[in-house]
Amino acid sequence: MLEYTAKIREIARGLLEKGTVDVFIGYRKGSVPMMNEPVLVTDPAQTDVLHWDSHCGLNLCNYLTKRTDRIGIVANGCNSRNIVTHIIENQVKREQLYIVGIPCTGMIDHRAVKRAVNGKEIKGVQENKDTFLVIGKDFEEKFAKKDFLQDNCSVCRHRNPVEYDEMVAEPVEEQEAEDVFADVKTIEKMSPSEKQDFFTQLISSCIRCYACRNVCPLCYCPTCFVDESQPQWVGKSIDPVDTMTFHLLRAFHCAGRCTDCGACERVCPVAIPVRQFTKKLNKDTLELFQWEAGLTLEQRPALDVYRVDDYNDFIL
Amino acid sequence: MENPYLPYPVRIEKIITETEDRNLKTFTFSFINPEHEKKFSYLPGQFAELSIAGKGEIPIGIASSPTEKGYLTFTVNKVGLVTSHLHNMKEGETMGIRGPLGNFYPWEQMQGKNIVIIGGGFAFTTLRSSIIYMLHPENRNKYEDITVVYGARTPGMLLYKQELEEWEKRDDINMHITVDATQDPTWKYNIGFVPTITEQKIKTADNAIAIVCGPPIMIKFTQPVLEKIGFPPERIILSLEMRMKCGIGLCGRCNIGDKYVCKDGPVFSLAQLRDMPPEY
Amino acid sequence: MKGRLFTKKEWDKALRELSKSQKIFVPAKEKDFHNFTVLDNNMEPDFDFQNTRLSPKSIVFPQSERMFEYTLDETSPDAHILKEAPKDFPPQAVVGIRPCDAHAFQIVNVNFDNPEYKDPWWVRRYRATTFVGLGCNEPCSTCFCTSVGGGPFSEKGLDILLHDLGDRFLAKAITEKGIEFLDKIGSGKEASEQTLKKAALEAEAALGKISSSVPTDRLKEKTEIELFDAPFWEKIAFPCINCGTCTYLCPTCWCFDIQDEVFRKEGDRIRNWDSCMFPLFTLHGSGHNPREKKVQRVRQRFMHKLKYYVDKYGNGVACVGCGRCVQFCPVNIDIREVFELMNGY
Repeated sequence: MLEYTAKIREIARGLLEKGTVDVFIGYRKGSVPMMNEPVLVTDPAQTDVLHWDSHCGLNLCNYLTKRTDRIGIVANGCNSRNIVTHIIENQVKREQLYIVGIPCTGMIDHRAVKRAVNGKEIKGVQENKDTFLVIGKDFEEKFAKKDFLQDNCSVCRHRNPVEYDEMVAEPVEEQEAEDVFADVKTIEKMSPSEKQDFFTQLISSCIRCYACRNVCPLCYCPTCFVDESQPQWVGKSIDPVDTMTFHLLRAFHCAGRCTDCGACERVCPVAIPVRQFTKKLNKDTLELFQWEAGLTLEQRPALDVYRVDDYNDFIL
Repeated sequence: MENPYLPYPVRIEKIITETEDRNLKTFTFSFINPEHEKKFSYLPGQFAELSIAGKGEIPIGIASSPTEKGYLTFTVNKVGLVTSHLHNMKEGETMGIRGPLGNFYPWEQMQGKNIVIIGGGFAFTTLRSSIIYMLHPENRNKYEDITVVYGARTPGMLLYKQELEEWEKRDDINMHITVDATQDPTWKYNIGFVPTITEQKIKTADNAIAIVCGPPIMIKFTQPVLEKIGFPPERIILSLEMRMKCGIGLCGRCNIGDKYVCKDGPVFSLAQLRDMPPEY
Repeated sequence: MKGRLFTKKEWDKALRELSKSQKIFVPAKEKDFHNFTVLDNNMEPDFDFQNTRLSPKSIVFPQSERMFEYTLDETSPDAHILKEAPKDFPPQAVVGIRPCDAHAFQIVNVNFDNPEYKDPWWVRRYRATTFVGLGCNEPCSTCFCTSVGGGPFSEKGLDILLHDLGDRFLAKAITEKGIEFLDKIGSGKEASEQTLKKAALEAEAALGKISSSVPTDRLKEKTEIELFDAPFWEKIAFPCINCGTCTYLCPTCWCFDIQDEVFRKEGDRIRNWDSCMFPLFTLHGSGHNPREKKVQRVRQRFMHKLKYYVDKYGNGVACVGCGRCVQFCPVNIDIREVFELMNGY
């Protein structure tokens, strides 16, 4: 994917020079290994900061909410699906956007890499097609990218952008994931008390920083339910019941809209696998309503419309 | 170690609905423990945190003057969780008060000077405290002429209507009460925005200090008027509002630049504000 | 006593013995990172770490803390009256704290312990804590403690400084509290001149391993308003998602919220960490919000740490160079870059 960088810069420069867009949103290379920083470029001469590699795991659609200018933006499969959802939900208009489509081969799980070098400090990571080199103070180790894909990328079936104005390269082959929801099925088989223990343990280190919520493009409510005071739905302390309420309710608010981009899990400072909540809802939405979020601008989301043949077994 | 977060228990003695829209009520409190009243020694300009167990706390300017012994008075606007609950409380109920907090109007600097008080809407509370304080026989001769411009949107929205009338009759204070507009034919005072009336009635800034308290929009338009009359920024005193929690400069919430509105303020001179980032 | 030498086994044994009579916080592995945990028989401390994920500030300043309790039961004579939640502040110790985090406590202390008001919980817990620091033989590449008044073997805020000599710990008492602690530990033997020299050389070498630095010399010069109005804030703030990661991981961030929580007729007043990054932080009851825009909040955080704190206390910047925000900001906003922009403006 490294060859995309030059193309992105070229396209962005052209768009800004011609005035097709007012701003261009992309990534610039991060100041620490395995991180990149979202950047807004307005000057065609500055487009050289734009960068793309296998550490672009945030979701740039997050920065589109309620913008009124004309925006050029890079988007891989999942990001482009979030853009579609954003358009359908009136957070941004299609005419405002020039989407530079990125056929994505997946993001690297930075935590898996750190585990693979036994927690030794990583000074730099150099990518090279299908492999990457991890450099430390007194070691260098090479790894294959396919062994270190983020969890969501390893089961991704929509690597190519679904909505775009221009692609930076030929589409990549879509993966045939063995069992996308294997982890969810494991939890589904648990007894209620086992599930209770599982989830309680999962969120036990949560510090309520809301990084997961804020990095998610779906979470754009002017006042989130955890911030309401009249009435106050959720307490603000780290009480485990309040914390569980936050995670459960947030997942439900994402039902039928989540594209499993993995940004939430990526950014959690205490490494909570928060996708265990949203993945279940994605599975249910797929099975009950045959719906996957953001694949087309032409259809409203399943939980937005009523069909006569909708799943209604729960109605007694 | 003394706990500055612990409120003094108080009893609600009296509740008066001040305004016609019923959103402003004046509460009078007495200390359940008389010891606490001695500790609560304050000067006009300061505020206190009204504390309701189970709901929270709100920072409210003290409307009573220290010369009024035995009780504290606050006028509270109903805007949110705590204030709504407070508005539904009854005389005789128990709650808490923490204070006095913040700094007070520059009483020492004000001695021997003409005092110009300009208030708008329901920000008039600490100004009531100031007026009663100055008019008290023990204090009156410390200050020269006292002129007050106080305006509200309509006659029904004025606070302390009875006291305003009493002060109007006195000859040791010049009252200029105004409303933005009214169709009431019995209205005997001025009609016009506070900045306009200020310009009409305040003729000189000689040996005068102006205390201005009101909504941001009123302050915005009154400030240039005062400057035109000749008030230098050191002699224009403002009282700011800010979202607060601890009220004692520890929780870090209410800062403007390196100042805490709850501790270094809420009273600031315009000269001081000019050096602070405009984030309020 | 210049220094006391312990084999690592001796040290572990002594700590465990002491942990029977007082709480001792040690770094322990938790998933893929380390955090300070209470030492007990069910866990192994791990001093082979660079720094903990969360700073040890929660040892003195827990994320959620009960302040008061009250009853709303009208039949009680004390209904609606707040009572201090009963607490005690027995001596406790944190062992293995890095010099940057210990320095941070000093920086925060001026806020909670001042002549006008003292926070009764923070101050008493701080005074009850013995800080046994562990000098950094291998600073991270994101550490910049030396630029902000600290260092890998700085003694600021510490009662004892440990040197990790491979198979042994050398403990140097810095304060009375430190001497008392070492007396309580008991074991170990007097360190030889040779050992002391070796430790000093390693500390010196560690200084040279700090590879990251930030400029701070001109932060005092500009006025608050000049920096406030600077044009670079929009650019810095763009990627920020206004979460609380930087503030919660930061050892020098201290802002908190006060909340009342009631269950049926009993209630508590609780203090929770809060973050200036959250939009609600400055929302007035009237609906007015002086920092309703993201750029205003981002600017506030950096201005507070690098300018307002400098002006208010004359104590240097409110940053100890621990590097946590650099490593864990979800969008890679780098405070070192902000230092450069502010100092160079």
